[in-house]
Amino acid sequence: MKKLLMALSMAASFAVTGAAHAEEKLKVGFIYIGPPGDFGWTYQHDQGRKEMEKALGDKVETTFLESVPEGADAERSIERLARAGNKLIFTTSFGYMDATIKVAQKFPNVKFEHATGYKTADNVAVYNSRFYEGRYVQGVIAAKMSKVGVAGYIGSFPIPEVVQGINSFMLGAQSVNPNFKVKVIWANSWFDPGKEADAAKALVDQGVDIITQHTDSTAPMQVAAERKIKAFGQASDMIKFGPETQLTSIVDNWGPYYIERAKAVIDGTWKTHNVFHGMHENLVVMAPYTNMPDDVKKLAEETQAKIASGALKPFTGPVKKQDGSEWLKAGETADDKTILSMNFYVAGVDDKLPQ
Amino acid sequence: MGMFEAILLTVATAATPLLIAAMGELVVERSGVLNLGVEGMMIMGAVAGFGVAQVTGSAWLGMFAAILAGAAFSLLFGFLTLTLVTNQVATGLALTLLGLGASAMIGESFVGLPGVRMQSLYIPVLTDLPVVGKFLFGQDPIFYISILLTIGVTWFLFRTRAGLTLRAVGDNHTSAHALGVPVVRVRYLAVMFGGACAGLAGAQLSLVYVPQWVENMTSGRGWIALALVVFASWRPWRILAGAYLFGAVTIGQLHAQALGIGIPSQFMSSLPYLATIVVLVLISRNKRLTLMNTPTSLGKPFVPDR
Repeated sequence: MKKLLMALSMAASFAVTGAAHAEEKLKVGFIYIGPPGDFGWTYQHDQGRKEMEKALGDKVETTFLESVPEGADAERSIERLARAGNKLIFTTSFGYMDATIKVAQKFPNVKFEHATGYKTADNVAVYNSRFYEGRYVQGVIAAKMSKVGVAGYIGSFPIPEVVQGINSFMLGAQSVNPNFKVKVIWANSWFDPGKEADAAKALVDQGVDIITQHTDSTAPMQVAAERKIKAFGQASDMIKFGPETQLTSIVDNWGPYYIERAKAVIDGTWKTHNVFHGMHENLVVMAPYTNMPDDVKKLAEETQAKIASGALKPFTGPVKKQDGSEWLKAGETADDKTILSMNFYVAGVDDKLPQ
Repeated sequence: MGMFEAILLTVATAATPLLIAAMGELVVERSGVLNLGVEGMMIMGAVAGFGVAQVTGSAWLGMFAAILAGAAFSLLFGFLTLTLVTNQVATGLALTLLGLGASAMIGESFVGLPGVRMQSLYIPVLTDLPVVGKFLFGQDPIFYISILLTIGVTWFLFRTRAGLTLRAVGDNHTSAHALGVPVVRVRYLAVMFGGACAGLAGAQLSLVYVPQWVENMTSGRGWIALALVVFASWRPWRILAGAYLFGAVTIGQLHAQALGIGIPSQFMSSLPYLATIVVLVLISRNKRLTLMNTPTSLGKPFVPDR
């Protein structure tokens, strides 16, 4: 019933009535870009929310608003959660950034946590994930597994988070095969199973034999399975949709971070920060390596171990930009600021980056 | 499989749900009722189709369940707007919101399950013909239904007495009533037909297009279908043209992107909408013809004894 009410945009009244008899609990709100049932991005955030509820029991009470569009609607929805008495609010998509900052100014006593952005305030923390570390491993696998040497990449929006992934994938692939190519299609949507499937079909029809995606549904995986090529899952383990197709998947493991931050609010130790966690902190987890020969699996595991230990940084020179100019000198590594604002392709990507 | 053939097939898959849903809505609007709940009925069809196919293992049973679910859900709209004479616009919008929410609730346990795919037709020799073989003889059953539906609706509306009655109800319900036509009953039937079509379109999504269930998987296709009806100026063949044009540009822009042509992807993504609107506006420039086809009583409530 809860979900139904939400879909009817009556979440506000619901949350308010729920507030009265829960004085001592920390109320935590979540804003989701898609439905928790997308089995991708939002699904994993919702898993994190559930883990928090499980770990902290009756110390917390959580609410979520799903499928909130980025933009003006987001501001209203975030404010709704704040008015309903939530003291900690997670806004889980890049496009909520400005809305989060705006609402945070109106509610100085509420703590906000914005995922994948870069604007912080006294009561707005930013948490980010180095998904690109997982993309590098995928690139290594792709270059080993692809017969034609071209992978298809389905992007959502040309924002730094996605561009990082494409570049890291490319560099990982080039570490194995310097001539590897990536074809990119922008779906201009985070979640549209039909369109994602169409994009996957277009890529396969143009001859790629490996597909990776940075959109949230399992549709591309299903297309890959149908066309008998290999693919990488996104955000959650999608092996059920391609038992003979999925090579691995980047799994976003938000639970530990959510638990830690909720605890900090309860203890009164919450401070704003801008963190960028990856494999080392176990925020980026890889699904089991499947459907590949043992030597590829071994190489993937080694690459993953090196990245987790810090011995290998995906953005290490020499790296050229797509236009041929030098980006990183031999041995030079990109700093986080450059990574977080990445708006160019590295050499080898067969696409023009929309600006 | 050649590139052209592959594109043709993908276009058909993308166009079919729009065609079916719009064709249903066309009949509804021709009877003078504006049902903005297409998206909601479509998603109910998608969840019912997926669920029943999942439980029974038969995509066909899933399809029939989707048709029934769409029709049943539209009855709610019919009861509210035709019997209780509520505002059609508001009720239609509510139907969409309710459908999106209710389908999410019903489908919660289906999330993450691989679906049952509806098998495509295979006729030896014919399906293997080069270029058009797969397009004409190797597609899923719902594609053929969508074409038959277009022919059927055209024939029904313009070649049968019942179709004439339906159009009369849509053009002037008071006169039709005076002539003894059961206006409300005709509209109930039209609304249910529209619901059934929307349900079938939903089934195409969850059994053919992407055989899975996820919340909100229609992603606005119901609204595009609604727009197609208006832009096609309530004529069946134009809906077919509009749906395929929309599908062709959608798929075409993806291919153009994959080829690495340097046109901004944001513009490319808006192309299907732009192209469809421009073309349909151009073909409906003949004002007299458009006016002739617009159901005059569209959206107006009808109370027999007033």
